[in-house]
Amino acid sequence: MTVVDTEASTRTLEDPSPKAAKHRNPVRFAVLFALVVLLLLLVGPLLVVAVNAVKSPADYAASGPLSIPTHLYWDGIVDFWNRVNFGQKLWNSFITSLVVAVLGVVLSILNAYALGIGKVKGRVWFLVFFLVANLLPQEVLVYPLYYIGKEIGLYDNLISIIIIFTVIQSAFGTYLLTSVYAEFPKELLEAASIDGAGKWRALWQVVVPVSRPTLAVLFTFFFIWTWNEFFLPLIFLISNDNQTVPVALGVLQGDRMMDATTTSASALIGILPAMLFFLLFQRTLTRGIAAGAIK
Amino acid sequence: MKKNRGYAIYLIPGVLASLAVIVVPLVMTVYVSFTKWTGVGTPRWVGFDNYTRLFQDTLFWQSFSNIGLLVLAMAVVPTLLGLFLAAVLFDYVAKKFGDRWAGTLRSGYYIPQVLPVAVTGIVWGWILHPDYGALNKIMESIGLGGLTRNWLGDPDYALYSVMAVMIWFQLGYPVVMFMAGLSRVDPELYEAADLDGASWWQRFRKITVYMIRPEFYVVLVTTTIAALKIFGQVFVLTGGGPSNATLVPSYFAYKNFFEKAQVGYGSAISTVLTVLIVLLAFLFLRLQHRAEETR
Repeated sequence: MTVVDTEASTRTLEDPSPKAAKHRNPVRFAVLFALVVLLLLLVGPLLVVAVNAVKSPADYAASGPLSIPTHLYWDGIVDFWNRVNFGQKLWNSFITSLVVAVLGVVLSILNAYALGIGKVKGRVWFLVFFLVANLLPQEVLVYPLYYIGKEIGLYDNLISIIIIFTVIQSAFGTYLLTSVYAEFPKELLEAASIDGAGKWRALWQVVVPVSRPTLAVLFTFFFIWTWNEFFLPLIFLISNDNQTVPVALGVLQGDRMMDATTTSASALIGILPAMLFFLLFQRTLTRGIAAGAIK
Repeated sequence: MKKNRGYAIYLIPGVLASLAVIVVPLVMTVYVSFTKWTGVGTPRWVGFDNYTRLFQDTLFWQSFSNIGLLVLAMAVVPTLLGLFLAAVLFDYVAKKFGDRWAGTLRSGYYIPQVLPVAVTGIVWGWILHPDYGALNKIMESIGLGGLTRNWLGDPDYALYSVMAVMIWFQLGYPVVMFMAGLSRVDPELYEAADLDGASWWQRFRKITVYMIRPEFYVVLVTTTIAALKIFGQVFVLTGGGPSNATLVPSYFAYKNFFEKAQVGYGSAISTVLTVLIVLLAFLFLRLQHRAEETR
């Protein structure tokens, strides 16, 4: 990254040179303009939603979706929040995503330790298994899971969703982390073993601390993925008190009570947590996407 | 070899969890796909009946032709457009306007990707709503009232509307992936090409496209698989309607499982979808492997 930064700064220093001035033609700004228009097309819908979420129904009826609200009207959001008991949904989503992220990372570490560092027999087949598990559409698992969940009394219970997503996310984590651990410096492990550390201590005192950046990326991915999941929570979490944010919002569509401003209010409170994670995790995410690409 | 003993124990939790959540349900679904079952009582073995029925079912073929168009909207268009955008941002905007502009635009383009799918559905369901939707209101206000449509409720337009929403949703992912790939490329390569008098288009074709082939394959395969699995957006936007115009395989399976209680038939649909996805993934892996060998 630092290389790129120095490149950029030398470029800015050179900018006032005659050569740069020659490039200051209309094309430059046409390109930038087109890119900014595209940005507006992509972000605009969210801005329109935000504007209308704080507009009173009367104001909306009078001047439509594009006007700036005459005054900030919070009742739409507050009413919606109370009607669906949104605090509860936020908590359900948060606790599910957090537990899945932690357990998913732990399970990925254990698997990858055996496969990447331990290089156990048949590891290629295990990796193929985790890769395929990663690809499976959830539809092919859903009915038996639903059936088993009912039989053992975990249907309509957050624990079922936590168990399922821990396993599904760790399939990806195992795949990614194994390739990272396969390159793990042998010297560090040997040093630990000379110091008398067993495999268990070597894992937690050497391997995990050294691979912390990758683990942070996995944690972030798992958290956001689980937060955004819709299909399985839709099927498993049927009672109001157990719904997660996406399910609560998704099943309300087409509801009679949903008018224009209430719908945008509901969309806005769905967007806000996602935007918050985006801002919080932005660095980890871009780094992680790059890591996933190089494999 | 002896050193590697004792690692297998670390695989036990992962293997047990995968058996319970992935292997057993997968085997059950494949088994049920050869039976007639309503979800209660014992499944009755019917051999290949579900599959023969499937291949004669016009809805099944419709769901697959719809998914073909969605692959275009979710994989092909975003990948090609994203490649071009990433090259413009990396090899033009970053140089003429600085890295900050390129970085900001990239993050902005990525924003739709971080929203939960259900929330994407709500945002667009609201914008495209025939009565109060922002799009029709905007068109009326700029004198295009004659072109307003019931975007999601008209069988002639519903699928195209969903496709447009999916392009909006997906575009940021390839941009981020390709820019991450480009940051690997030695800037001197571009400078040398510049000195040789290569035009921007020549640099794009000979350097950019060539250098990020690994990312290109990863993006194409992951977005194609995502398109084949699409459920949430269709559920929230159209519910597969109107008159099955936007029916997709996963939604078709869902309906058979949970609305029609035809679990055997639903299992057959999801089994076919799974086979298709796994085959496609391995085909892509082979292609990628071959591409890397010829380098």
